[in-house]
Amino acid sequence: MTTEIRTGLDPAVKAYIDEQVAALRKDLPDNRVAMVVFSGELDRQLASLVIATGAVAMGLEVSIFYTFWGLSALKKGRRLRGKTLKEKMFAMMTPTSLAKMPVSKMNFGGIGSAMLKTMMKENDVSSIDDLFAMAREMGVKIIACTMSMDVMGIAKEELVDGIGLGGVAAFLGEAARSRVSLFI
Amino acid sequence: MAEATMLDARGLKCPMPIVKAKKALDPIAPGETLKVVATDPGSVLDFQGWAKTSSLFELVKQEEGTDDQGRKTYTHYLRKK
Repeated sequence: MTTEIRTGLDPAVKAYIDEQVAALRKDLPDNRVAMVVFSGELDRQLASLVIATGAVAMGLEVSIFYTFWGLSALKKGRRLRGKTLKEKMFAMMTPTSLAKMPVSKMNFGGIGSAMLKTMMKENDVSSIDDLFAMAREMGVKIIACTMSMDVMGIAKEELVDGIGLGGVAAFLGEAARSRVSLFI
Repeated sequence: MAEATMLDARGLKCPMPIVKAKKALDPIAPGETLKVVATDPGSVLDFQGWAKTSSLFELVKQEEGTDDQGRKTYTHYLRKK
Protein backbone atom coordinates (compact mmCIF):
# COMPACT_ATOMS: atom_id res chain seq x y z
CA MET A 1 0.00 0.00 0.00
CA THR A 2 1.36 3.41 -0.91
CA THR A 3 0.53 6.66 0.77
CA GLU A 4 0.03 9.49 -1.64
CA ILE A 5 1.10 12.88 -0.38
CA ARG A 6 -0.92 15.53 -2.12
CA THR A 7 1.08 18.62 -2.83
CA GLY A 8 -1.33 20.41 -5.06
CA LEU A 9 -4.96 20.72 -5.98
CA ASP A 10 -6.63 18.51 -8.49
CA PRO A 11 -6.18 20.37 -11.79
CA ALA A 12 -9.92 20.32 -12.45
CA VAL A 13 -10.65 21.82 -9.02
CA LYS A 14 -7.92 24.42 -9.51
CA ALA A 15 -9.30 25.40 -12.90
CA TYR A 16 -12.76 25.77 -11.39
CA ILE A 17 -11.50 27.92 -8.51
CA ASP A 18 -9.42 30.09 -10.85
CA GLU A 19 -12.43 30.66 -13.03
CA GLN A 20 -14.62 31.61 -10.07
CA VAL A 21 -11.97 33.94 -8.63
CA ALA A 22 -11.53 35.65 -12.02
CA ALA A 23 -15.31 36.14 -12.28
CA LEU A 24 -15.50 37.60 -8.76
CA ARG A 25 -12.55 39.89 -9.43
CA LYS A 26 -14.27 41.27 -12.48
CA ASP A 27 -17.27 42.13 -10.33
CA LEU A 28 -15.34 43.93 -7.59
CA PRO A 29 -16.11 47.63 -7.28
CA ASP A 30 -13.44 50.12 -8.30
CA ASN A 31 -11.89 52.47 -5.78
CA ARG A 32 -14.29 55.10 -6.93
CA VAL A 33 -16.83 57.56 -5.56
CA ALA A 34 -19.86 58.57 -7.63
CA MET A 35 -21.90 61.56 -6.55
CA VAL A 36 -25.03 63.23 -7.79
CA VAL A 37 -25.09 66.92 -6.93
CA PHE A 38 -28.68 68.01 -7.33
CA SER A 39 -28.78 70.95 -4.90
CA GLY A 40 -27.93 74.49 -5.82
CA GLU A 41 -27.04 75.61 -2.33
CA LEU A 42 -23.68 76.73 -1.10
CA ASP A 43 -23.58 74.53 2.01
CA ARG A 44 -24.54 71.37 0.16
CA GLN A 45 -22.13 72.09 -2.68
CA LEU A 46 -19.42 72.69 -0.08
CA ALA A 47 -20.09 69.25 1.41
CA SER A 48 -19.80 67.60 -2.01
CA LEU A 49 -16.48 69.33 -2.77
CA VAL A 50 -14.97 68.53 0.62
CA ILE A 51 -15.85 64.85 0.09
CA ALA A 52 -14.58 64.93 -3.51
CA THR A 53 -11.20 66.50 -2.71
CA GLY A 54 -10.75 64.32 0.36
CA ALA A 55 -11.58 61.20 -1.64
CA VAL A 56 -9.09 61.98 -4.41
CA ALA A 57 -6.41 62.63 -1.81
CA MET A 58 -7.19 59.22 -0.31
CA GLY A 59 -6.61 57.59 -3.67
CA LEU A 60 -10.19 57.21 -4.84
CA GLU A 61 -11.37 58.28 -8.25
CA VAL A 62 -14.28 60.67 -8.12
CA SER A 63 -17.06 61.46 -10.56
CA ILE A 64 -19.63 64.15 -9.88
CA PHE A 65 -22.84 64.31 -11.86
CA TYR A 66 -24.34 67.78 -11.72
CA THR A 67 -28.05 67.92 -12.31
CA PHE A 68 -30.94 70.40 -11.90
CA TRP A 69 -30.11 73.15 -9.39
CA GLY A 70 -26.64 71.72 -8.99
CA LEU A 71 -25.79 72.75 -12.57
CA SER A 72 -25.41 76.36 -11.42
CA ALA A 73 -22.02 75.35 -10.01
CA LEU A 74 -20.75 74.90 -13.56
CA LYS A 75 -22.04 78.13 -15.08
CA LYS A 76 -19.63 80.60 -16.64
CA GLY A 77 -22.06 83.47 -16.24
CA ARG A 78 -25.57 84.54 -17.13
CA ARG A 79 -26.69 84.14 -20.71
CA LEU A 80 -30.17 84.98 -21.94
CA ARG A 81 -29.61 85.10 -25.70
CA GLY A 82 -31.42 82.41 -27.65
CA LYS A 83 -33.59 81.35 -24.71
CA THR A 84 -37.38 81.14 -24.50
CA LEU A 85 -39.22 83.32 -22.00
CA LYS A 86 -39.48 80.54 -19.43
CA GLU A 87 -35.83 79.60 -19.89
CA LYS A 88 -34.89 83.27 -19.40
CA MET A 89 -36.87 83.31 -16.18
CA PHE A 90 -34.99 80.24 -14.97
CA ALA A 91 -31.69 81.81 -15.97
CA MET A 92 -32.58 85.00 -14.08
CA MET A 93 -33.66 83.15 -10.95
CA THR A 94 -30.79 80.70 -10.61
CA PRO A 95 -27.31 81.62 -9.36
CA THR A 96 -24.50 81.98 -11.90
CA SER A 97 -21.71 80.63 -9.73
CA LEU A 98 -20.99 78.66 -6.59
CA ALA A 99 -20.21 81.78 -4.58
CA LYS A 100 -23.57 83.33 -5.49
CA MET A 101 -25.58 80.39 -4.19
CA PRO A 102 -27.90 80.75 -1.22
CA VAL A 103 -27.60 78.53 1.85
CA SER A 104 -30.13 75.76 2.50
CA LYS A 105 -31.11 77.12 5.93
CA MET A 106 -31.31 80.68 7.26
CA ASN A 107 -30.52 82.32 3.94
CA PHE A 108 -32.53 85.50 4.70
CA GLY A 109 -32.27 86.88 1.20
CA GLY A 110 -28.56 86.17 0.89
CA ILE A 111 -27.43 87.44 4.29
CA GLY A 112 -26.98 83.86 5.51
CA SER A 113 -24.88 82.97 2.48
CA ALA A 114 -22.66 86.03 2.93
CA MET A 115 -22.28 85.23 6.62
CA LEU A 116 -21.32 81.63 5.93
CA LYS A 117 -18.63 82.75 3.47
CA THR A 118 -17.27 85.23 5.99
CA MET A 119 -17.28 82.61 8.73
CA MET A 120 -15.52 80.10 6.46
CA LYS A 121 -12.84 82.72 5.79
CA GLU A 122 -12.46 83.53 9.48
CA ASN A 123 -11.99 79.84 10.18
CA ASP A 124 -9.48 79.40 7.33
CA VAL A 125 -11.71 76.97 5.47
CA SER A 126 -10.90 77.00 1.75
CA SER A 127 -13.36 79.06 -0.27
CA ILE A 128 -15.90 77.25 -2.39
CA ASP A 129 -14.24 78.47 -5.61
CA ASP A 130 -10.82 77.27 -4.42
CA LEU A 131 -12.27 73.86 -3.55
CA PHE A 132 -13.88 73.55 -6.96
CA ALA A 133 -10.65 74.56 -8.73
CA MET A 134 -8.71 72.11 -6.55
CA ALA A 135 -11.16 69.30 -7.27
CA ARG A 136 -10.72 69.85 -11.00
CA GLU A 137 -6.96 70.10 -10.76
CA MET A 138 -6.88 66.83 -8.78
CA GLY A 139 -8.77 65.07 -11.54
CA VAL A 140 -12.35 64.91 -10.31
CA LYS A 141 -14.45 63.93 -13.31
CA ILE A 142 -17.34 66.30 -13.90
CA ILE A 143 -20.42 65.31 -15.86
CA ALA A 144 -23.38 67.57 -16.53
CA CYS A 145 -26.80 65.97 -16.88
CA THR A 146 -28.10 66.69 -20.37
CA MET A 147 -31.76 66.09 -19.52
CA SER A 148 -31.83 68.78 -16.86
CA MET A 149 -29.79 71.08 -19.11
CA ASP A 150 -32.48 70.69 -21.77
CA VAL A 151 -35.34 71.22 -19.32
CA MET A 152 -33.76 74.36 -17.89
CA GLY A 153 -32.58 75.60 -21.28
CA ILE A 154 -28.88 75.51 -20.42
CA ALA A 155 -26.57 75.12 -23.43
CA LYS A 156 -23.23 73.40 -22.98
CA GLU A 157 -21.45 76.62 -24.00
CA GLU A 158 -22.80 78.20 -20.80
CA LEU A 159 -20.94 75.69 -18.66
CA VAL A 160 -17.24 75.54 -17.86
CA ASP A 161 -15.01 73.79 -20.40
CA GLY A 162 -13.61 70.32 -20.18
CA ILE A 163 -16.60 68.61 -18.61
CA GLY A 164 -18.47 65.52 -19.78
CA LEU A 165 -22.13 65.34 -20.70
CA GLY A 166 -24.25 62.37 -19.76
CA GLY A 167 -27.45 60.90 -18.49
CA VAL A 168 -28.67 58.43 -15.93
CA ALA A 169 -26.78 55.51 -17.44
CA ALA A 170 -23.52 57.45 -17.32
CA PHE A 171 -24.09 57.94 -13.61
CA LEU A 172 -25.28 54.41 -12.88
CA GLY A 173 -22.47 52.92 -14.94
CA GLU A 174 -20.04 54.59 -12.57
CA ALA A 175 -22.14 54.24 -9.40
CA ALA A 176 -22.61 50.50 -9.90
CA ARG A 177 -18.85 50.05 -9.81
CA SER A 178 -18.20 52.55 -7.03
CA ARG A 179 -17.60 51.86 -3.38
CA VAL A 180 -19.29 55.07 -2.34
CA SER A 181 -22.29 56.68 -3.96
CA LEU A 182 -23.96 59.85 -2.72
CA PHE A 183 -26.87 62.08 -3.64
CA ILE A 184 -26.41 65.63 -2.44
CA MET B 1 13.80 56.53 12.73
CA ALA B 2 15.42 58.32 9.80
CA GLU B 3 14.82 62.02 9.40
CA ALA B 4 11.19 62.48 8.38
CA THR B 5 9.92 64.86 5.74
CA MET B 6 7.86 67.47 7.56
CA LEU B 7 4.51 68.86 6.49
CA ASP B 8 3.18 71.84 8.37
CA ALA B 9 -0.60 71.52 8.21
CA ARG B 10 -1.24 73.77 11.18
CA GLY B 11 -4.26 76.02 10.77
CA LEU B 12 -5.56 73.97 7.84
CA LYS B 13 -9.15 72.78 7.94
CA CYS B 14 -10.78 69.70 6.48
CA PRO B 15 -10.08 68.50 3.79
CA MET B 16 -6.75 70.34 3.44
CA PRO B 17 -4.54 68.30 5.82
CA ILE B 18 -5.41 65.14 3.84
CA VAL B 19 -5.05 66.86 0.47
CA LYS B 20 -1.64 68.34 1.37
CA ALA B 21 -0.47 65.07 2.93
CA LYS B 22 -1.28 63.21 -0.28
CA LYS B 23 0.71 65.75 -2.30
CA ALA B 24 3.62 65.47 0.11
CA LEU B 25 3.58 61.66 0.09
CA ASP B 26 3.78 61.34 -3.68
CA PRO B 27 7.40 62.43 -4.20
CA ILE B 28 8.98 60.63 -1.22
CA ALA B 29 10.55 57.18 -1.49
CA PRO B 30 8.99 54.00 -0.11
CA GLY B 31 10.05 53.40 3.48
CA GLU B 32 10.50 57.10 4.17
CA THR B 33 8.35 58.84 6.71
CA LEU B 34 6.20 61.93 6.39
CA LYS B 35 5.50 63.84 9.56
CA VAL B 36 2.30 65.85 9.39
CA VAL B 37 1.71 68.47 12.07
CA ALA B 38 -1.91 69.60 12.19
CA THR B 39 -4.08 71.64 14.53
CA ASP B 40 -7.39 70.18 13.36
CA PRO B 41 -8.54 67.69 16.03
CA GLY B 42 -10.52 65.89 13.31
CA SER B 43 -7.23 64.97 11.65
CA VAL B 44 -6.70 62.17 14.19
CA LEU B 45 -9.65 60.13 12.93
CA ASP B 46 -9.07 61.38 9.36
CA PHE B 47 -5.60 59.85 9.14
CA GLN B 48 -6.81 56.66 10.83
CA GLY B 49 -9.65 56.39 8.33
CA TRP B 50 -7.38 57.06 5.40
CA ALA B 51 -4.80 54.55 6.63
CA LYS B 52 -7.51 51.86 6.72
CA THR B 53 -8.08 52.10 2.99
CA SER B 54 -4.68 53.25 1.79
CA SER B 55 -2.05 51.21 0.04
CA LEU B 56 0.10 54.33 -0.13
CA PHE B 57 1.25 54.51 3.49
CA GLU B 58 1.11 53.04 6.93
CA LEU B 59 0.17 55.16 9.94
CA VAL B 60 3.07 54.58 12.32
CA LYS B 61 1.99 56.77 15.21
CA GLN B 62 0.03 59.81 16.26
CA GLU B 63 1.04 62.29 18.94
CA GLU B 64 -0.56 65.23 20.63
CA GLY B 65 1.43 68.27 21.60
CA THR B 66 1.55 72.04 21.76
CA ASP B 67 3.31 74.34 19.31
CA ASP B 68 5.27 77.52 19.99
CA GLN B 69 2.10 79.58 19.65
CA GLY B 70 0.35 77.51 22.32
CA ARG B 71 -1.89 75.72 19.84
CA LYS B 72 -2.77 72.10 20.41
CA THR B 73 -1.15 70.01 17.70
CA TYR B 74 -1.79 66.55 16.34
CA THR B 75 1.23 64.96 14.71
CA HIS B 76 0.85 62.02 12.37
CA TYR B 77 3.71 59.83 11.15
CA LEU B 78 3.05 58.25 7.79
CA ARG B 79 5.46 55.68 6.40
CA LYS B 80 5.25 55.38 2.66
CA LYS B 81 4.71 51.83 1.41
